[in-house]
Amino acid sequence: MRRIYLDHAATTPTHPEVVKAMLPYFTDAFGNPSSVYSYGQEARGAVEEARTRVAELIGARGEEIIFTSGGTEADNFALKGAAYANERKGNHIITTSIEHRAVMEVCKLLGRRGFTITYLPVDKYGLVDPQDVKKVITSKTILISIIHANNEVGTIEPVSEIGKIAKEAEVYFHTDAVQAVGHIPVDVDKLKADLLSISAHKLYGPKGVGALYVRKGTKLISLMQGGEQEKRRRAGTENVPAIVGLGKAVELAGQEMDKEAERLVGLRNKLIKGLSEKIDHVHLNGHPTRRLPNNVCVSIDFVEGESMLLNLDLEGICASTGSACSSASLEPSHVLLALGLSPEQAHGSLRFTLGRENSEEDMERVLNLLPGIVAKLRAMSPLLKTQK
Amino acid sequence: MPDAWSQYSKKVMDHFKNPRNVGEIEKPDGVGHVGNPVCGDIMELYIKVEDEIIVDAKFKTFGCGAAIATSSIVTELVKGKNIKEALKISNKAVVEALDGLPPVKMHCSVLAEEALKSAIEDYLARQKLKK
Repeated sequence: MRRIYLDHAATTPTHPEVVKAMLPYFTDAFGNPSSVYSYGQEARGAVEEARTRVAELIGARGEEIIFTSGGTEADNFALKGAAYANERKGNHIITTSIEHRAVMEVCKLLGRRGFTITYLPVDKYGLVDPQDVKKVITSKTILISIIHANNEVGTIEPVSEIGKIAKEAEVYFHTDAVQAVGHIPVDVDKLKADLLSISAHKLYGPKGVGALYVRKGTKLISLMQGGEQEKRRRAGTENVPAIVGLGKAVELAGQEMDKEAERLVGLRNKLIKGLSEKIDHVHLNGHPTRRLPNNVCVSIDFVEGESMLLNLDLEGICASTGSACSSASLEPSHVLLALGLSPEQAHGSLRFTLGRENSEEDMERVLNLLPGIVAKLRAMSPLLKTQK
Repeated sequence: MPDAWSQYSKKVMDHFKNPRNVGEIEKPDGVGHVGNPVCGDIMELYIKVEDEIIVDAKFKTFGCGAAIATSSIVTELVKGKNIKEALKISNKAVVEALDGLPPVKMHCSVLAEEALKSAIEDYLARQKLKK
């Protein structure tokens, strides 16, 4: 059976050209970038080349890019690093109720360690109101952290407006741009971002590598000590092959992004339209237009997400859900609840995130299979009966 | 490449794919209704009882694959049993009958046990009213 992968927000297949670029750095060019001899300098050159590529894609300077082990580390670094470097100035951090857990859980930890955290609400589309950000800034505010594009519902936040507000208030602005970079244009100067998180495996790069953009002059405490790497901001021998992979992935993304985004918007809209035509009681989660080109997130009434996922998987279709039943915790996605969905609707969510291998045919396959799956599950749902 | 890893046993997947005894019983002798929307599992269990023996059982479930499988198997386990025996069916028996459940899904077996107990209690309460 041909498998159809529709979970690119979880991870993406590594681009063959990325793999090709990485391979020599496992074997022939295996050197440690800190070594002075040629092996080391080859590796150093490759790391610096990748740094330039990453900087170029987001309108930054190479020296403002710090390589990390991924998006989670970049988020942890930005939040803990900025919080502890600036605690004499203040202890207030502003964030939202729809952050990725790599931001949300760091904020919760900081909240238990003497910092005051404001979690801003969102509207039914998942949008933060920049005026809300402005209203809650105090003389104690040191950091604003707002997700660029939400990983579950795909809503693109008004980050440049928020960045402007942060700049005027002289507060650091961090944005988790893990789902945005390489998919939609991201420019650190337009965003007025001081800190910005990137992950390679969300843009056809390898897992285990990412980057944090740190605007020159931003005060940050390092999470890792023990070496001179990354100008002492992130100790530990560089993951050279992975960094090279990230560099190649952002280079390709820069070339292909505009065209690919346009193609994905077409597929996305076809899928959204088809689902609402073929299945009753389907609701689109997130904003209808201000959303990532590849994100389709819906709630299907009276049925539960994991049981839909399992049925789709039996047909070779890989998707995702915000239902708690697919995780160890029993509570449904905090993002869907923040949008105002009922717990039943949050449990009935399905997320398809499309990518470069997907075609019209894949959308048709989903549209042909899902109505039958929903009908089967609804036939055994006690929720439907109570609706009659 | 390693074989595909599945969190569910073959038995669970069988009951998930082909659930037994789906539906409602008209004029049931007992109905159990357990679970809540917050945790994402809701089960309804219907039983038909003749001479203290459960002659039919049906279910309706909103929930994950494990919730559907535990509902399905409990209707099979209970059919033909007398009320006293049926009350002894524990969540452990449900798990064993399914060749195991992943640790995070154990609550689904508890829910199935509770649904059965609740249906039997409903039956017993109705019997009392009749007397």
